[in-house]
Amino acid sequence: MIKSKTVSRRTLLKGAAGFAAGSGLITGFPAVHSAEPKVLRYLGTAVNQADEISKKLFEDTGIKLEYISATTDDVTKRVVTQPNSFDVLDTEYFSLKKLVPSGNILSLDAKKIKEFDNITPVFTKGELPSGKKIGDQGTAPKKVMFLEAEGSTTFAKEVTQWVTLIPTVYNADTLGIRPDLIKRPIESWKELLNPEFKGKASILNIPSIGIMDAAMVMEASGVIKYGDKGNMTKEEIDKTIATLIEAKKAGQFRAFWKDFNESVNLMASGETVIQSMWSPAVTAVRSKGIPCTFQPLKEGYRSWASGFCVSKGVSGAKLDYAYEFVNWFLSGFAGGYLNRQGYYSAVLGTAKANMTADEWGYWMEGKAAAGDIKAPDGTVLEKAGAKRDGGSYDDRMGSVACWNAVMDENDYMVRKWNEFIAA
Amino acid sequence: MALAFTIFFVIPLVFVIIVSFWDYNEYQMIPAFVFRGYVESFEGCYTRLPELCTILATYLKTVKLCFIVWLITLLIGFTVAYFLAFHVKSKTWQIALSLLCTIPFWTSNVIRMIAWIPLLGRNGLVNSALIDMGLVTSPIEWLLYSEFSIVLALVHLFTFFMIVPIFNSMMRIDKRLIEAAYDAGATGWQTLWNVIIPLCKPGIVIGSIFVITIVMGDFITIGVMGGQQVAAAGKIIEVRLNALQFPAAAANAVILLGITFLIITMLNKLVDVRKEL
Repeated sequence: MIKSKTVSRRTLLKGAAGFAAGSGLITGFPAVHSAEPKVLRYLGTAVNQADEISKKLFEDTGIKLEYISATTDDVTKRVVTQPNSFDVLDTEYFSLKKLVPSGNILSLDAKKIKEFDNITPVFTKGELPSGKKIGDQGTAPKKVMFLEAEGSTTFAKEVTQWVTLIPTVYNADTLGIRPDLIKRPIESWKELLNPEFKGKASILNIPSIGIMDAAMVMEASGVIKYGDKGNMTKEEIDKTIATLIEAKKAGQFRAFWKDFNESVNLMASGETVIQSMWSPAVTAVRSKGIPCTFQPLKEGYRSWASGFCVSKGVSGAKLDYAYEFVNWFLSGFAGGYLNRQGYYSAVLGTAKANMTADEWGYWMEGKAAAGDIKAPDGTVLEKAGAKRDGGSYDDRMGSVACWNAVMDENDYMVRKWNEFIAA
Repeated sequence: MALAFTIFFVIPLVFVIIVSFWDYNEYQMIPAFVFRGYVESFEGCYTRLPELCTILATYLKTVKLCFIVWLITLLIGFTVAYFLAFHVKSKTWQIALSLLCTIPFWTSNVIRMIAWIPLLGRNGLVNSALIDMGLVTSPIEWLLYSEFSIVLALVHLFTFFMIVPIFNSMMRIDKRLIEAAYDAGATGWQTLWNVIIPLCKPGIVIGSIFVITIVMGDFITIGVMGGQQVAAAGKIIEVRLNALQFPAAAANAVILLGITFLIITMLNKLVDVRKEL
């Protein structure tokens, strides 16, 4: 079975499956006939997979989405091992360092994306629309967004016509706190390891994201000064993990969380009062009537961004409506929907056209809400007069310090992370 | 049978063992014969002595949890099975009470674990009750996200696997043997120790194999109940898998398999299950 020097996992699995089934080959590319209904298999985490979006898409374009949802890690695994099991992929930029070299992602033509020139420069150039540069430590989108040529597996350093991933949604993450239980202002990431919160702190147990939160804490408390938080050296990893282990042994952490709902439960039940958190989780705690703040901190935010890739198994008519789908997604309805959940949309102009002036003011400009702010499903998120934690888009995205990352020393980091969990 | 065994067990296992010797990078496996997966798993085991390295500390913890859970499930399982087999006279009641034991399995594993949180948490029912009764002044922290809560959840989940085989063994015991022991003047304890327990050995061993293999490989219960803070052998494998480091995960799986196999072999040395059945 082992003929070539390197065998991708996919080839191996195909071989194994064929062997086990006793049949011959499992052929790859599915034949696409234009007469078939327009169906796209959409693989991603559940974040963007809303019914409202697929319904509206079907109304507007006749494209039917089949959602396949999995965790961030499982999405990556699936792309590498079963690239023909999906058409459109919703994934984060940091995964691209694994996905693009595997050769399973189709290069997308920027010229076929109508709103491409209106995509926020946060992605293409690493700066705000106002021109302000933002932090680019870690796997910042501009580093992995473009390819040198069609079909290439090398990332281009500048803007090119060939795109790996068309951005749709992104946000700036920080620590969530329970202001009613802490009762004093929190201003720095270093508070996560403050003994004052012994047994009441938490960090997320997804190595590539948790290590970035840990790095923000280390740098804030002056333990380590990193060359690049998003690409640590072995020594930096050793020191970061050693400090985390010390804190863990001293009983600083109540628990680690891995799943959105776990983080909500920890915070809502008061098991933790300060922890790594995601924006919609803070909203979920607040919607139970429990005070929770997505606290802006002076060292800045850890940011993430995701968008659409297309499987290399997609071609012909199917590829045409994959482009149609991406174009529709950037045309405003979905953008407004995401903005109203507290995320940011990649094309701001079209999203603005799909939001009320009050919604735009609250979510994007940091203004006090004139009326009640509602989630897309109609539940009231904030009463009139409330302001968004962290303020405007420019304030929040302008203070991004680093991005979720896959490091060069990723393998070593994962082993050390296991050591931290075992300690 | 042999065919199914080969296709669904032997061949996948052979693949896992082969892959565990492969090399890998960020996105693919490279066929080779290297010990990287194994060497990296035991990283620091010699250089960091007397401190324990990650893998030894993890396995020590897993084996310890496994032993405690095994002991408790055995005691509870044996007692419940004994009660069902010898104290409940009518068949109907035996069936009804056995079904009662399955109630925990009517909900999903995840829900059963999550349900412990409002009960054991810092502001949970147990702590509120203890504080209201004036027994403690501040909430007891170790009720949740500790080894205590892990053992509690595992015992709750797996005692049933101990009850069934032991109950089955007990039902096969010829009642005349017990009467004979009684007639020969044995006390209740002597009968239990010299007649019932030896005859229940196959049930005990089968139950033990169930519990030990499940607990050794479990990482979801340990993760949720331990607040992800307690390492488990299965957790190491999951983390490596999620990082797409399949050969390293395979190597860890082979190590786990080896250790579990060792424990089961030792149990089999004590009782020859095949002969006893």
